[in-house]
Amino acid sequence: MGMNRKVGSFVLKVNPILCDGFGHCHELAPELVHVDEWGYPIISDQPSSTSDRAILESARLAVRGCPRQALRIEHTSGPH
Amino acid sequence: MTMTVSLPRVLHAASGGPLSLRAHEDAFATTVVDDLFDELVASGLAGRGGAGFTTARKVELLGRERARHKVVVVNAMEGEPVGHKDRTLLSTNPHLVLDGAEYLATLIGARRIDVCVSRNDPTIVGHVQYALLERERRRGGPAFVLLTPPWRYVAGEESALVHWLNDHETMPQYRPNRPNVLHVGRAPALVVNAETSAHVGLIGHFGAERFREIGTPMSPGSTLVSVSGAVERASVLEVPFGSALREILRDAGADVDPQAILTGGYGGAWLGAEHLDAAYCDEALRPLGAAVGAGVLVVLPKGACGLSETRRVVAWMANESSRQCGPCAFGLPALAEDLGTLLNGSPDARHVLRRLRERCAVIDGRGACRHPDGVVRLVESALKVFADHVEDHVNGTPCGASTSRHWVVVPQIEHESELVWE
Repeated sequence: MGMNRKVGSFVLKVNPILCDGFGHCHELAPELVHVDEWGYPIISDQPSSTSDRAILESARLAVRGCPRQALRIEHTSGPH
Repeated sequence: MTMTVSLPRVLHAASGGPLSLRAHEDAFATTVVDDLFDELVASGLAGRGGAGFTTARKVELLGRERARHKVVVVNAMEGEPVGHKDRTLLSTNPHLVLDGAEYLATLIGARRIDVCVSRNDPTIVGHVQYALLERERRRGGPAFVLLTPPWRYVAGEESALVHWLNDHETMPQYRPNRPNVLHVGRAPALVVNAETSAHVGLIGHFGAERFREIGTPMSPGSTLVSVSGAVERASVLEVPFGSALREILRDAGADVDPQAILTGGYGGAWLGAEHLDAAYCDEALRPLGAAVGAGVLVVLPKGACGLSETRRVVAWMANESSRQCGPCAFGLPALAEDLGTLLNGSPDARHVLRRLRERCAVIDGRGACRHPDGVVRLVESALKVFADHVEDHVNGTPCGASTSRHWVVVPQIEHESELVWE
């Protein structure tokens, strides 16, 4: 981890109106995103800890990789 | 004449046609209400559009907004095909609704009031137009604007209505952090259901104490119910919250020994006949999985097929989706298809039933608005309330219910082939 950053938690959120079910997020962050039978993402609403760099990194990849820019990382406070 | 606790109180009718401004002013002589906001808080009024959000909190949220202009939006779009309460209200006592809107405008500091009535109902548009003309002569106060968006189920959803006001699109908007404040142009908007506005009118005229004289402590006041289905004549009643469901059915001239009733609306829930002695208020209905919602009751008589009625509603609701969100656009037609398969019998009906349950769980909560959630709630309640009946269909036993007589009114779908949207 190296950097002395504040540890919090985050959830990945999708704007269902923008989302067109490309499925890139599932490819990029399979631990966070599942897809339904129509190819639309099902994202766990359980917050993940930002101290888990691997999960946070794949969430960032999913946000950057979304062709419709429908994803967003929302930081939540409180226990992680 | 002053208000008495006797009902109807918001549906204060004139003989023939809506109450004129003069008759309204005679009937609703204003007593002095010191602080309107305190009265609104004390009244405990909850919104009557379906969600039941506390009106005082909504006003408080809007009051906190810093903006040059604010607007009150009176929502009388009435998306429910079997709901007629807002229309009935505007054709009996439009001025009470407009009074309420004026009170709300004063509270939040709005100078404009948009009254939204569906253009598919020209009679109601006419009534509102006339009522606004009557008020023209009274100068001062906020300006009323009558607007007539086209009718569709989701057009009455508040973010869809505001979307139409801004861009002429009747599509719900994505609002991740609710409750948030919607804006018409740059003006923060207070969107209230027409019935809610009428109750605000009552509170403004007579105060919270008299408002609370009827109803239950948690759901004070009276409410409008549209009763249809197995009734002699579909009607809108004003009943105190907490009345027994069976009593409401009796007053409406409905079958008092039905198989089940649909509560809340097309995004509501079925309630088995064993619960007919429950009180009509959210605190009694919620534990049973039902809700007051948009004030709709559809009576399903014994011998009718609840599954087939549910399928018709779900198919129509699927068609009414604005098709913005995948889970709704694809999921709802899938639910309708599964229900159809169950209904017609199929060798793998058992599997279809399981898939239907899974699909319900998958779709729930994944739209931008609550449209898919409502349909899921309806399907899940149907599977529970008509469990024996569903079992018969799954086992391939013909259900014997008439296929030609339907009890839940569903508007014609223009292009049935467009239902599955791919």
